[in-house]
Amino acid sequence: MIILYIITAVLVLLSFAVDFRKTLKAFRISLKRFLKISPAFGGMLILVSVAMYIFPEEFIADSLGSGSIWISTAAGSLIGSITLMPGFIAFPLCGVLRDYGVQYMVLSGFTTTLMMVGILSFPVEKACLGVKVAVVRNIISLVIALIVAVSTGIIYGEIAL
Amino acid sequence: MKRFKQFSLIGMVLLYAVFISVSLTVKFNPGIRIGQHFWSFFLQMIKLLPCVFILIGLFEVWIKRETIEKHLGHGAGFLSYIWGILLAGTTIGGLYVALPVAHALYTKGARLGVVFAYISAAAICRVPMTLFEAGILGWKFSLIRFSVSLPLVVVSSILLGNYFEKKGYRMPENER
Repeated sequence: MIILYIITAVLVLLSFAVDFRKTLKAFRISLKRFLKISPAFGGMLILVSVAMYIFPEEFIADSLGSGSIWISTAAGSLIGSITLMPGFIAFPLCGVLRDYGVQYMVLSGFTTTLMMVGILSFPVEKACLGVKVAVVRNIISLVIALIVAVSTGIIYGEIAL
Repeated sequence: MKRFKQFSLIGMVLLYAVFISVSLTVKFNPGIRIGQHFWSFFLQMIKLLPCVFILIGLFEVWIKRETIEKHLGHGAGFLSYIWGILLAGTTIGGLYVALPVAHALYTKGARLGVVFAYISAAAICRVPMTLFEAGILGWKFSLIRFSVSLPLVVVSSILLGNYFEKKGYRMPENER
């Protein structure tokens, strides 16, 4: 995070030093783009806040840890697709679940869909890519995530072919 | 129809705002919790997004269109996908950061397939996130994910990119 600030600050200063007007123009573009897409970000925030209430961490832990490996993987992938959660919450949660005996295949399905499939970030995706591409991209991502999860299960010896 | 859609959206946002404020005043627990989630996620985004959009602005004025076209555009060949994925590795935040960046790349002349590969790769192989993940779940776990998903991402992005380009697809205009 700090690296991002440093890089941005250095580049901005450098840009100002080379060409003042061009840098101002860059700021204008930044602001315009940001304002244009901010309603989508707002929509995403509202959806995320409601989803985090509906699917609290305890609920996720319960869904991933009960039932057969296939049902848990399906549940994990479903929850991962719907919710949006930063890595510093998701991975420690997965670490705890792993210690409680939840299989790697389930964790893989959950984390991979969490990262690749974004139902709640759909407002932002729609604004950037358009509805059709956004839908297709999410479906393909879900398929890839499931393939990754099953591969993980096979390699860890959790499921037999 | 569009008017109606806008109205109902604004209505929903207002409803949400009223719900949260009423919850806060009458101490309605679910509403307070939702408000807290909103606030914490808002803080996370607001820490990232200004930098992201400033960098997008600088990218727009300093990077020449020809540079992007040459390395990420139609003439660029397979190497362009590797560039897209490497660029994705340096992304932070998540999909909601990668999407505006992808849009900027596209408007500068990157081809659709590369843009798709960038988005998916930004989701799964961001370097800081992967270090964190491997630290908790082990390197084997991350390695499996990388080696299975990356080839699939590249192949599906190429197919999808070609398909949508053949159909004459354009990304939504965000500039003006």
